[in-house]
Amino acid sequence: MFTTFANTFLGRLSWDALPKDAITRGGAATVVLGAFALVALITFTHRWKWLWKEWLTSQDPKRIGVMYIIVSAVMLLRGLGDVALMRAQQATSVGNSHGILDASHFQQIFSAHGTIMIFFVAMGFLFGLINLVLPLQLGARDVAFPFLNATSFWLFFSGMALVNLSLVIGDFSAAGWLAYPPLSELKFSPTTGVDYWIWSLEISGVGSLLSGINFLITILKMRAPGMTLRKMPMFAWSVMGSMTLVAFAFPILTVTLTLLALDRTIGTHFFTAGGGGNAMMYVNLIWAWGHPEVYILILPAFGIFSEVVPTFSRKPLFGYTSMVWAIWAIVALSFTVWLHHFFTMGAGADVNAFFGIMTAVIAVPTGVKIFNWLFTMYRGRIKFATPMLWFMGFTVMFTIGGVAGVLMSVPAIDYQVHNSLFLVAHFHMMIISGVLFGYFAGLSYWFPKVFGFRLHEGLGKLAFWCWAIGFMLAFTPLYILGLMGATRRLDHYDASLGWQPLFIVAGIGVLFVLAGVGAQVLQLVLSIWQRDQRRDFTGDPWGGRTLEWSVPSPAPVYNFTTLPVVEARDQFWVDKRAGKTAEPRYEDILLPKNTGAGVIIGALAFLVGFGMIWHIYWLALVAVLGIMVAVIVRASDDEPEYILKAKEVEKIDNALHRRKQYI
Amino acid sequence: MKKHTKIWLVLALLAAGIAMLTGWYLRRHMVAVLQPAGQIGHKERNLIAFCTALSILVIVPVFTLLGIFAWKYRESNVQAKYSPELEGSNLAETIWWLIPTALIAIIAVITWRSSYAMDPFKHLDSSKQTLHVQVVALDWKWLFIYPDQKVASVNEAAVPVGTPVDFELTSDTVMTSFWAPQLGGQMYAMPGMNTHLNLEAGKAGNYRGVAANISGKGFAGMDFTVKAVSKTDFTKWTQTAKHAIDKLTPASYTQLAHPSQNVRPSYYSAVDPALYDTIVMKYMMPSGTQTDTGGAI
Repeated sequence: MFTTFANTFLGRLSWDALPKDAITRGGAATVVLGAFALVALITFTHRWKWLWKEWLTSQDPKRIGVMYIIVSAVMLLRGLGDVALMRAQQATSVGNSHGILDASHFQQIFSAHGTIMIFFVAMGFLFGLINLVLPLQLGARDVAFPFLNATSFWLFFSGMALVNLSLVIGDFSAAGWLAYPPLSELKFSPTTGVDYWIWSLEISGVGSLLSGINFLITILKMRAPGMTLRKMPMFAWSVMGSMTLVAFAFPILTVTLTLLALDRTIGTHFFTAGGGGNAMMYVNLIWAWGHPEVYILILPAFGIFSEVVPTFSRKPLFGYTSMVWAIWAIVALSFTVWLHHFFTMGAGADVNAFFGIMTAVIAVPTGVKIFNWLFTMYRGRIKFATPMLWFMGFTVMFTIGGVAGVLMSVPAIDYQVHNSLFLVAHFHMMIISGVLFGYFAGLSYWFPKVFGFRLHEGLGKLAFWCWAIGFMLAFTPLYILGLMGATRRLDHYDASLGWQPLFIVAGIGVLFVLAGVGAQVLQLVLSIWQRDQRRDFTGDPWGGRTLEWSVPSPAPVYNFTTLPVVEARDQFWVDKRAGKTAEPRYEDILLPKNTGAGVIIGALAFLVGFGMIWHIYWLALVAVLGIMVAVIVRASDDEPEYILKAKEVEKIDNALHRRKQYI
Repeated sequence: MKKHTKIWLVLALLAAGIAMLTGWYLRRHMVAVLQPAGQIGHKERNLIAFCTALSILVIVPVFTLLGIFAWKYRESNVQAKYSPELEGSNLAETIWWLIPTALIAIIAVITWRSSYAMDPFKHLDSSKQTLHVQVVALDWKWLFIYPDQKVASVNEAAVPVGTPVDFELTSDTVMTSFWAPQLGGQMYAMPGMNTHLNLEAGKAGNYRGVAANISGKGFAGMDFTVKAVSKTDFTKWTQTAKHAIDKLTPASYTQLAHPSQNVRPSYYSAVDPALYDTIVMKYMMPSGTQTDTGGAI
């Protein structure tokens, strides 16, 4: 009687779901105590109301962007914690010693590492930066759909919360970051781990798709008068390419995850071993999303470099038109290469050759971009500020990683390096240097625009060097290990192979990276501490070229007092050279009202995920109905906007400009 | 000495030290992919070498330009020419659209040819008859069935030196990948699927083989050994197997298929000739008719 009651109301949930061994308990304690400390801090400083009014319910893309980046930064720490555990295991688990983790725990950690780094660090950081910069660069006051934008963030937040909840209640997937079936099917992974993986990505994936559409429309419809596509800043172009990929690729992910969820919950046979299920179909589908995903992340980083290099070289971007064509060539090609992730699944020679060649072809537009950046530096006046260092580090590492990539695009070579640590070294080199370095460059570049003060340069440079050195130390040994026959994801290996020294070097590399992160944390803390000395009163701390630098720092909620009129590519640069300053005209500005609907939808989506994971179906159903009600209520709001009166605008504007006259 | 010279000297010494240490390490250890022991492995290594050499053509100009431009056009060097209006050059851009295209065209030709020439499904050209070995991935060990010799073994496969071998692969559990780096290449073993990997051992030796794709908790210990031996030793090996006590019957197979980790090599003196096909085909059955207990036929 009691069990039936419990099964209906609690699904699979029971006391057994709590962690049992020391390390998992440590992880759980970190999450619980961290959350508790945060709540306590907010309560004791009486910040709940402020948090709710100023941040959680905000529709201002700059604030949403900041929230994205904070979540990503915390997740980066979590992902690096996973790295530290993995490297500690691999440096010690050799021969008779079995290290600190058992196999299934180790497998959960690397699955979580990949999932978190891609979905909750890279994607979050990406959407954060786009939110901060895109409307400003386009000369717009907002994104096309502000409420949708907030909702996307809260869906992302829910997915993140689910992943981390798996540390406390239940376990996480041990099937790798892409959870290939049959291993991820119920028969081989009977616990809630894979379900956590599915539902956190399902929910955050919907958020990503909505963001993609939102930014795409923003670019197409919200540009300032006169800004034709061909006068658009390169970052905006790169976001347009990336978001086009999001719009096409994320539906594939959503559907694939749904099919896997159906296999696991109602016993369908899409991808099972048995019953005629075909796991290869899953592998095709997941990579049809997965490869474009790489370019979704990397194109905006390219866009950031296309802003950073001209600014710090004090020259226009070399070969604008080439750069645009290169972006769209990459967008088109990125959907024609997915099979290179499984050349070794027995496709015929023609299929493998086709996908191999398409993969290598992507190197052409990418190479063109590298040369254009280099020639942007040519005959420039280069200032080696932190963003520029990230760019130089990127160029070196990305070229090496890219060459390894072209190597692997030849199927006959791939047979020898697939699934090995050589592959692991390659893609980390591409994603860390190509994506993360780009985003770090963007963050230190645009930080003053959002917060009104600059980051500490010395610590920024120190962080760069720690990252760069740590990164080479962490991944060069992996190239060698791969060629020595070391496969990825080993929780233990034979002492006779002699791999241990290389794993230890890789572990030392991780320590350097951690030092780099430490420098970044210190940089942030110190810069906030000294913010009064670091204020940017000019609005243009770097000698920028694009519209975001024409407004004061921090940018006001409405971005532009009067919408700019654009006649040239680097309009702000042109205006500065001509000595042109616009007399401000004050007008009433229509702005979105704050709303808690985004938070509520996110919280309900979390409950949908939790209910589905633990088979508490009534909860999932109630939460789905709740989301519908929330959407209907919000959609019935006839006045989702308010008018900021011209007088009010003038007041804010004068305050900002008074600061400008300080200097 | 100037400060710059000192820094460069230290860096150069550091680089030399690291290079020597790496060289010393590599000489003392097996770099399987670069020290192949069979014709496929050799071809793959040569391809790697050629493509790496080709990549120097990209790396050198990029690194050189980056170094020169960064140095010459640094902010403090006011003598250097500054062209704040320079925003492109059709000629230059054409060059760097065309040169990478040419390099990639070379890679494309190599890709096309090698994909056909080294198709792992294709039997190797040889005057000798191809040896057939059927391989079944289990949790967490490899079963090798020799249909012509009518023996089977676990986690150990003997092959005669210089004889082409056709490994026919499937899985009776999740998918994983069959990889013997020194012999060359890997291929996935998947339930309900039948794939091939054609290899040949060029010289005698024991070669390490692994499961390369994660397949559950026993994955790291799912190693096997390929014993490349002379013709006579191969016959001896099959004779040893023939004298094994166990026979591979449906019952003993079910027992073998039961999950186990770090399994020692063992042998079976007889094999049901239809076993391999039965394993492949059972996944194709409608879900009602198959027995869903991992491995049972």
